[in-house]
Amino acid sequence: MVKFALIGNPNTGKTSVFNRLTGLNQHVGNFPGVTVDKKSGTISSNGESLEIIDFPGTYSIYPHSADEKVVYDVFSNPQHIDFPQKVIVVVDASNLERNLLLFTQIYDLKIPIILLINMSDLARKKGIQIDLTLLKNTFPGVEILETNARVGIGIQTLKELLFQKEEVKEQNASPIIENFKLADIQDIAEQERETNLRYDFIKNKVNKISKSENKQKKQLNWFEKMSIHPVFSYFLFAFILLLIFQLIFSIASLPMDLIDGSFNDFANWTAEKLPAGIFNDLVTGGIIPGLGGVLVFLPQILILFFCLGILEETGYLARAVFIMDKLMRPFGLNGKSVVPLISSSACAIPGIMATRTIPNWKERLITIMIAPLMSCSARIPVFTLLIALVIPNRYLFGFINLQGLTLFAMYFLGIVTALFIALVLKRFIKTSEKSYFLLEMPDFKAPRWTNIFLSLLEKSKVFVLEAGKVILAISIILWAFASFGPGDRIAQEVKKIEKSELNDDIKEQKIASAKLEYSYIGIMGKSIEPIIEPIGFDWKIGISLITSFAAREVFVGSMATIYSVHQEDNKGLLQTMKAEKNSLGKPVYSLATGLSLMVFYVYAMQCMATLAIVKRETKSWKWPLIQLAYMGVLAYVASYIVYQLFS
Amino acid sequence: MKNTLASCKIGEILKVTNILPSEISSKLLEMGFYVGKEIEIIYKAPFGDPIAIQVGDYVLSMRKNEAQLIEIEHLN
Repeated sequence: MVKFALIGNPNTGKTSVFNRLTGLNQHVGNFPGVTVDKKSGTISSNGESLEIIDFPGTYSIYPHSADEKVVYDVFSNPQHIDFPQKVIVVVDASNLERNLLLFTQIYDLKIPIILLINMSDLARKKGIQIDLTLLKNTFPGVEILETNARVGIGIQTLKELLFQKEEVKEQNASPIIENFKLADIQDIAEQERETNLRYDFIKNKVNKISKSENKQKKQLNWFEKMSIHPVFSYFLFAFILLLIFQLIFSIASLPMDLIDGSFNDFANWTAEKLPAGIFNDLVTGGIIPGLGGVLVFLPQILILFFCLGILEETGYLARAVFIMDKLMRPFGLNGKSVVPLISSSACAIPGIMATRTIPNWKERLITIMIAPLMSCSARIPVFTLLIALVIPNRYLFGFINLQGLTLFAMYFLGIVTALFIALVLKRFIKTSEKSYFLLEMPDFKAPRWTNIFLSLLEKSKVFVLEAGKVILAISIILWAFASFGPGDRIAQEVKKIEKSELNDDIKEQKIASAKLEYSYIGIMGKSIEPIIEPIGFDWKIGISLITSFAAREVFVGSMATIYSVHQEDNKGLLQTMKAEKNSLGKPVYSLATGLSLMVFYVYAMQCMATLAIVKRETKSWKWPLIQLAYMGVLAYVASYIVYQLFS
Repeated sequence: MKNTLASCKIGEILKVTNILPSEISSKLLEMGFYVGKEIEIIYKAPFGDPIAIQVGDYVLSMRKNEAQLIEIEHLN
């Protein structure tokens, strides 16, 4: 297929152009050999189709990050599989000077260009007039088009232009640098010399091409002032975050219950309809709950990313990063760490992927390493169960609910520890790379809903596929270990229960419980009992800790199986657990054990999907293994202290 | 020692006279900080760092560390 490239500076509306052109016909892949996302889409007309590759936004062909290097790699090598036949260069009409730098580089490479003067309406509002004829004369051979991709103006003409096959006679006939070849990627001095040469040319021309009528200074509006105010900006940011989390917890529970319920129903249905046997067990006990465990978090993740999308589109997020940078720096973090850390409070997987915007490797790595300490949605069911179990529903000073306070304390513990670990890592991770912070502050504007919608679609796809495949695989492995055991012990126990005088329903639950107890996982749970006993856990909790490696919330389901109660029946589980006594006749779930277990879930790295993502993003097993180890040690030590303090 | 952008106040009209060599000097140049460019600090973050700079028709924020790499002269 014919390949066209879409390229431009960040914040030029390039994404809007791409979305307008390709709509839902887009997909994310990888550029060969690197982990940089390659967004491409196809458009068709009269049976002809062509592929449009959306390159990462960049100010110059010469790269300063892994993302930008892709642009250099492709454009410096005409044999590259993604080398385009034509390039659509998107420039911001209000900011021609800086935008034309990249354009002239591609122009001088003699690749055919369609130049989009985007956001021309905004420019006109600012009093900027662009002389298109003069622009055309300055760069002969280029097709120039005014667009306003936000509302779709000019897109139809662009589509027609894309399929036109006229050969231009004088292809890019008046280059700034004759016989231009890109400088070597290492040769910074040559790159700077070239950039200066281009700016010398551009600044003279732009003065004539783009005329600004009113040179009055831009005034900040009240919201803009508020967003960077020395004091109020932090209140505003805290308020916005609070609002988002309120929204997540109030709206998401309904679709989550729905998803949970329908997967349960589905599992019950297949259990009945499929012929009894191992395949039936695999589907109803391994695959369906595994899938449900992934999808149940989708509502929370969607709401969070929808809110973050609005903040980004309006330009507020840049201000939040701006005001947070100074506070994050002492911890070896970057203002840009704020977004990944917030995302991680829904799920660490998209959070860790969002660290790609942090240019400094050390700051990015620290952000990745602490992200899983932010309490994610999978911990909530665990906390909810344990809090209901050991924390009385009473009020402190008449208005602070003890149960709510405990939940808050768990979140707080995660955040504080994350910052502390960041401080430690800052001392140990060495880098020669200097940290820097350069961030464009876009104008405040109304959000473009299609952009938010499409990026939401893309992010949920990534979550479902990336996290999904790991969680599903682990679920199936765990199912196998939980269904089979050595020798015929399981069969003997099942026979014993079947002979007993119980009603069928209870029998069934007892059998499930016995199966788990004498399975390989049950044996593992029992064999780790001596290790976890000092932190207040018995072998039943041990089993649930192991099954939690698929996803933390599996803890609740495993507990239900072990105590032979229906999975859906949270109340029944609570009562059974409350009544559970140890060999000394004392309750197993004392305050000490409950708190110790909660703290364990705050710290322990019980998410294989996150480890897989960390491996992918850091390109080695070193960092995920360090993460697994440090979080494990932290969990054990902290639980030990808590257990000893409270017992 | 010459004045750098890091020591300037909001509202002063400045002209870039030199970019000190560093890992990001070429990046700064590409983002529009060429010698002779007129710039202005338009606001600062709480604690005075980072700062937001009007560069031609757009606003760029940077830390004081980066601003120290940009030598300037006052125009008004």
